[in-house]
Amino acid sequence: MGKQLTEILAPFQGERGATIPVLQRVQQELGYLSEEAISAIAEFLNLSESEVFGVASFYTQFRFIPCGKHNIKVCLGTACHVRGGQRIKETLEQELGISAGGTTPDLEFSLERVACFGSCALAPVIVLDHQVYGRMTPAKAKEIISNLKSKSKE
Amino acid sequence: MNFAEIKEQAIAEWQALQQSHKPVIFVGAATCGRAAGAEAVLTALNRELKDKNIDAIVIETGCIGLCYAEPLVDVVKPGRPRICYRNVTPEIASQIVEDYLIKDNPRPDLALGTIGEGTLNGIPKLFELPVLKPQVRIVLRRCGFIDPTNIRHYIATEGYTGFVKALRMKPEEIIEEIKRSGLRGRGGAGFPTGRKWEFCRNSPGEEKYIICNADEGDPGAFMNRSLLEGDPHSVLEGMLIGAYAVGAKEGYIYCRAEYPLALERLKIALRQMQEYNLVGDNILGSGFSFHIKIKEGAGAFVCGEETALIASVEGRRGMPRPRPPFPAVSGLWGKPTNINNVETWACAAAILQRGADWYASYGTERCKGTKTFSLVGKVKNTGLIEVPFGITMRQIVEQIGGGILADKRFKAVQTGGPSGGCLPSEFLDTPIDYESLTSAGSIMGSGGMIVMDEDTCVVDVARYFLDFIQKESCGKCVPCRVGTKQMLSILDRITRGEGRLEDIDVLQKLAMTVKQGSLCGLGQTGPNPVLTTIRYFRQEYEAHIVDKRCPALTCKELCFYYILPDKCQACMICLRNCPANAIKGGKKLVHVIDQSKCTKCGTCLDVCPPRFSAVVKISGEKPRLPQEPVPLERAR
Repeated sequence: MGKQLTEILAPFQGERGATIPVLQRVQQELGYLSEEAISAIAEFLNLSESEVFGVASFYTQFRFIPCGKHNIKVCLGTACHVRGGQRIKETLEQELGISAGGTTPDLEFSLERVACFGSCALAPVIVLDHQVYGRMTPAKAKEIISNLKSKSKE
Repeated sequence: MNFAEIKEQAIAEWQALQQSHKPVIFVGAATCGRAAGAEAVLTALNRELKDKNIDAIVIETGCIGLCYAEPLVDVVKPGRPRICYRNVTPEIASQIVEDYLIKDNPRPDLALGTIGEGTLNGIPKLFELPVLKPQVRIVLRRCGFIDPTNIRHYIATEGYTGFVKALRMKPEEIIEEIKRSGLRGRGGAGFPTGRKWEFCRNSPGEEKYIICNADEGDPGAFMNRSLLEGDPHSVLEGMLIGAYAVGAKEGYIYCRAEYPLALERLKIALRQMQEYNLVGDNILGSGFSFHIKIKEGAGAFVCGEETALIASVEGRRGMPRPRPPFPAVSGLWGKPTNINNVETWACAAAILQRGADWYASYGTERCKGTKTFSLVGKVKNTGLIEVPFGITMRQIVEQIGGGILADKRFKAVQTGGPSGGCLPSEFLDTPIDYESLTSAGSIMGSGGMIVMDEDTCVVDVARYFLDFIQKESCGKCVPCRVGTKQMLSILDRITRGEGRLEDIDVLQKLAMTVKQGSLCGLGQTGPNPVLTTIRYFRQEYEAHIVDKRCPALTCKELCFYYILPDKCQACMICLRNCPANAIKGGKKLVHVIDQSKCTKCGTCLDVCPPRFSAVVKISGEKPRLPQEPVPLERAR
């Protein structure tokens, strides 16, 4: 087990029902759940790797591949759906050249679809690196991406 | 410090704020306010105050629910009513400081309304506005008015008095009080809360648990998020009361990870409770001990179901199990467990604070009190509302919601999220309660209310919800796992224009099978959106199947974009903007969309100057138009 993983896992020693919090912490620290991380977690929790992977793969929060530098979540909740969330998603897919669930080859951007952020009154919304952007339009979405792209080139 | 002393200190602090000789500025900074730009407004305000050398108090509050007018900034000058300013930008914030704080012009043009005693010329009273007048604020009464990160604001406004009262009562008396209030579970099913507590209390066993279900997974619903962000202590006080009543020493809050701000506010609130000995061992010296832990959800809609939620807290896949045994008998770690929704807990706190009779004076015979709804979709005033049971949908949509956006025609209201249904205009005048919505084929649900207009395709909405349910089905029950998949593929086909007439019957049969053959609420109610849309909007399904037409112009495969040759001015704007290079034409040549290349993104419709309006979106019969660019004069 890597030293970093040992340190991340230590505070959970002896906690009941710790599987999900442990997976969350490891993903938060390392960005995603690698095969190595899953087996380390299994050993730590005294579970089989398949049990841990079974839990992790059940929940949409967990990723098994690295995530881009910028993470864009496009909301497709009901309010966003009826107010054009699908078009925002398509615009972002077009601008980034990836489909939802993917990461750009340069590891700059990840695009995810999310069921609802609870900011429905400002639908449609996207969340870019924890910042919620409301009242989106395809044009605004394009602008956000091109701003980010030009920033990352600098 | 005993509670009386804590309260005295809190009230002194609260009154000092109310009577402050400095201006007090409140900025609505819940998630929705922030999404609308509240943080930039806050920065601008602080900078302006500093530049102008004005000594003012700035407080971040939760959401008052008027999300359509976000960001909201409220300003109180000593001796004046509070003024609520709407759609504040950083520039407007600076203007308000300059004009109102310095020059004493309250800028009625920027204001939404006044709050509190006294009037100001040209500004209406906020709570007299149509959007707020029919509302009754019990659960949300502090949201937007207190600093949610300051426990003393909560205590100064009756906070924790319900719990202190409960400590002097017998647990049975508390349960009786809750029963008498008529409170029913606000998570959606509407089970009487007092009875639920009683089951858990009467279950044998020393070790018991309570859980707050904050896994608000319904897309289109944010009542719980707003309450947790705006007044977290009201939920926590309800949990204390419930724990004391059922005899639990440990409690969990299961909150979805998509709500980072709600989680942060909860953590702050818990720390403050510890400081005042309102949680932990021997609370307020009463001998009652109770510990609360926060568990973050990891993104699974089915975890809103009690038994799935318990499995998730225990660290397993969140899959439901058959009931009985009910969680009240065998729940978390196999011990008696009582689970209630965020709003139910907050209601319990209000009931103990003000009494069951007061609470039961609101609502109808069958349903007492109020319910919060997130009113979203195609209404003018989107936001969070709280209304007494018995109000009609019409009052909600037309009065509170301000009617349909762009004055389009109302089509349906969707309640209850993916478990609910779409109710057409004939239900507009039905008083809302658990039973009336169920008999109409929908459900109350946790409170999502999505308004749809003539541009919303109900077949697409049914497909949308089914897609959601199919993705979120945990896979345990075959009818749910396989049935929803089949239903989805039929609906996909219909929205692509490849539907068959018998599809409607097959959908209904499959829906009944899924409902009857599933263990939990997800499968039992998941087909409701399909069933209600067939029941109330059958003609729309038939238009898709028979005429290959989407009347709402939503279903992509059934819609086409065309450029009208007699209106096109050959301005090249659409041609340049088309991301698929599907538009042919040139200078002085009428533009034509190559349908084989068109991706139907709608960019051409957006960019065509309104004075030309040459691009149209059509479904059904295709118009006879030129296939190749023709000179402008020949097209006239």
